[in-house]
Amino acid sequence: MTPLSQLLPGQFGKLASLNPERGVDQRLMALGLLPGMVLKLVRKAPLGDPLAIEFGGQVVSLRLSEAESLIVDVAADCPIQRPQATS
Amino acid sequence: MVALVGNPNTGKSTLFNALTGLRQRVGNYPGVTVARKSGSCDLGNGTKVELVDLPGLYSLAATSPDEQVVTDALSGNISGERQPDAVILVADATNLLRNLFLASQLAELGLPVALVLNQADVAKEQGLRIDTGLLSDRLGGIPVVMASAWKGEGVIDVRRAIAQTLERKKLLPRVVWPEKILAALEDVTAAILKDTGRKITSAEAQRLIFDSNSALAERLQWKPEQRDPVIRQAREKVRQSGYNPLAAEPLVHYARLRKALEGVVKEGAARASRSAAVDRLLLHRFLGPVLFAGIMLGFFASVFWLAKFPMEWIQSGVDWTKTVVAPPLDAYPMLQSLLADGIIGGVGAFLVFLPQILILFLFIGILEDSGYMARAAFIMDRLFSWCGLNGKSFVPLLSGFACAIPSLLSTRTIEDPKARLATAFVVPFMSCSARFPIYALMCAAFIGPVYGPGWQSVVMVGMHCVGLFFAVPTAFVLTRLVLKVKPQPFVLELPRYQMPKPRDVLWRMWQNAAEFVSKAGTVIFAITIIVWALSYFPRDASVAERIKAANPTAAEEVVKAKVQAAYVEQSYMGSFGKAVQPVFDPLGFDWKITVGVLASFPAREVIVSTLGVTYSVGEGAKADSQHLRKAMKDAKWSEGPRAGTPIFSLAAVLSLMVFFALCSQCGPTVATLAQETGGWKWAAGSFVYMTALAWVAATAVYQVVIRIS
Repeated sequence: MTPLSQLLPGQFGKLASLNPERGVDQRLMALGLLPGMVLKLVRKAPLGDPLAIEFGGQVVSLRLSEAESLIVDVAADCPIQRPQATS
Repeated sequence: MVALVGNPNTGKSTLFNALTGLRQRVGNYPGVTVARKSGSCDLGNGTKVELVDLPGLYSLAATSPDEQVVTDALSGNISGERQPDAVILVADATNLLRNLFLASQLAELGLPVALVLNQADVAKEQGLRIDTGLLSDRLGGIPVVMASAWKGEGVIDVRRAIAQTLERKKLLPRVVWPEKILAALEDVTAAILKDTGRKITSAEAQRLIFDSNSALAERLQWKPEQRDPVIRQAREKVRQSGYNPLAAEPLVHYARLRKALEGVVKEGAARASRSAAVDRLLLHRFLGPVLFAGIMLGFFASVFWLAKFPMEWIQSGVDWTKTVVAPPLDAYPMLQSLLADGIIGGVGAFLVFLPQILILFLFIGILEDSGYMARAAFIMDRLFSWCGLNGKSFVPLLSGFACAIPSLLSTRTIEDPKARLATAFVVPFMSCSARFPIYALMCAAFIGPVYGPGWQSVVMVGMHCVGLFFAVPTAFVLTRLVLKVKPQPFVLELPRYQMPKPRDVLWRMWQNAAEFVSKAGTVIFAITIIVWALSYFPRDASVAERIKAANPTAAEEVVKAKVQAAYVEQSYMGSFGKAVQPVFDPLGFDWKITVGVLASFPAREVIVSTLGVTYSVGEGAKADSQHLRKAMKDAKWSEGPRAGTPIFSLAAVLSLMVFFALCSQCGPTVATLAQETGGWKWAAGSFVYMTALAWVAATAVYQVVIRIS
């Protein structure tokens, strides 16, 4: 179990938990990022922050500080759902 | 009335343009700076309906004014607006699940809905096949149509679907909430009825329970001491059902949607994503910033240089009109001056901004519609996030170096309202092109000849940085201490790259220009007339006669310049300048500079020609005028402790330039700031703050430098 902010670019993870009290997490949930969802850290911005993550066929940017409350399970070896969705 | 609703980046506006054929009206919602776009839509069966394009959003949980307008408009809570008769939900066919979350929320409003699956061409390319009949069945029989607004395909089906929705009024099926959640919703509804006498809908009660910080709570005027315990108890009830109250809504909706979509979407062979490949280049660690700098440099150079030619044409057009209109009125000097300098000059004063506005919005349209704007924000965010701004502040601040007017309009691209306000507030600090003539005049006349071209360049570059130097702490203090905002979340979708549609880009460019002319334009025109009157009256004919009598042998042009200088000196503006000169004395300004400073409040570039008038070299003076430079070099203090010393000492020259770098000397900027922030409060604040800051900084420069040198 690691915070999303510690994932390496290209790494996958399964969302274990988030903090619904935070406005950021509420927005991500509205986009469909819910516990159990597989996500991929696509890349970090050139200055190291923010991050670009891919889940449910969309790429979303969020700041490092905002990614801390998202706990992911990297052990789960899981291909992302519909990787072709953002052509 | 029919409302068009959907996620951002679904091609909703393209569909709106296709449906209304540009027969649109653009206004504002009352009290907020959210544009209201509406148009007449032909339904293909001989009837027409008013279509309103609501701002794009992912969820009805409103956090920004744009999102609040959507929820208010859909529930009929905007004064002077009817509740829509039907809603057209525009969804991205390639990402149905996320797009239909909004449909689940819409279902709670109880309005007839039609679903448009837009970007069908892209879905087809990706090998997705969508069973619209099955989807319609799962969604309570509402019309579901595929369309590709970009290519103009399926638009006729959308028209038919709207007609069908208005006729049959099919509703989306509502989710079956767990019993405890239903009870919590009823509790809240009952408590509001008891405390405020208002009857709210279930959809509104959901917002109060499900959102950690609902904008609705404020609007209901439900006292926090009554509200908080009720909400707390209601959330406790939701918790008993096994759901975290702040996560219940997406959990319940998404679980149901997954089931509803089973078998609806058939995926073909997966293809490598083109956007991901482009991103590997454009967001590359090293190449990304280089390409970004190249794109932005090209963009800035275009706004700056490309606009120069049409601006010169407008200027010569204005001058030409003056020469045509003026001569027949030689017998009526007052009318002549009012028409030439007041009215024609006033129209020219805002027309001259149009080229920059049009070019800036052309580029912004291309950047946004192509999907690169989100990437630009992604690259730049780190540099701006620490002082309360975000990556989207970059484009407005960069274009501020050309002109504040278009860049203030471009702050509309920032979704976060606090960051938008803070960005708009610091944009006027950027060294715009109108500050260039005074820097050029001062540096060429006083820095270069004395200290050499090296120092001249250093001062020129330095002056362009002065504003930036003050803008950053201003933004920091404004966001942290005045607006007291915690850093806003910056959840930004990086959408699929797409070819911008010329019609959409040009149409938006035109709409922005038209709004500027109709709103800020009228204010700019009025200010120009007022300043003209102040520097024209009173105009006693004896002044001219006295000067002519005193200089019987001088050349006609010299006499003319002296007459003009004398008139300005005794005008209201001149008398006022002399009266307030003591205020500017600590900055090292004499009354002539003071009049120039005062006359420059509507437009700072006026300073050079005003100095030309007050220093009796004629009003045609330019930054490279040798006469003006000589007149200024020769100017000496005539009285007081500094009598006999030059007025334009190094201290005064630097002080004057710093004053112009910081002072709010631009009527159009103040007017546009008022337009963009929805009132005069922030515009007045900006004017007072910048002017006071300019005075303090220029005083400090003058007093320090005069003691050193």
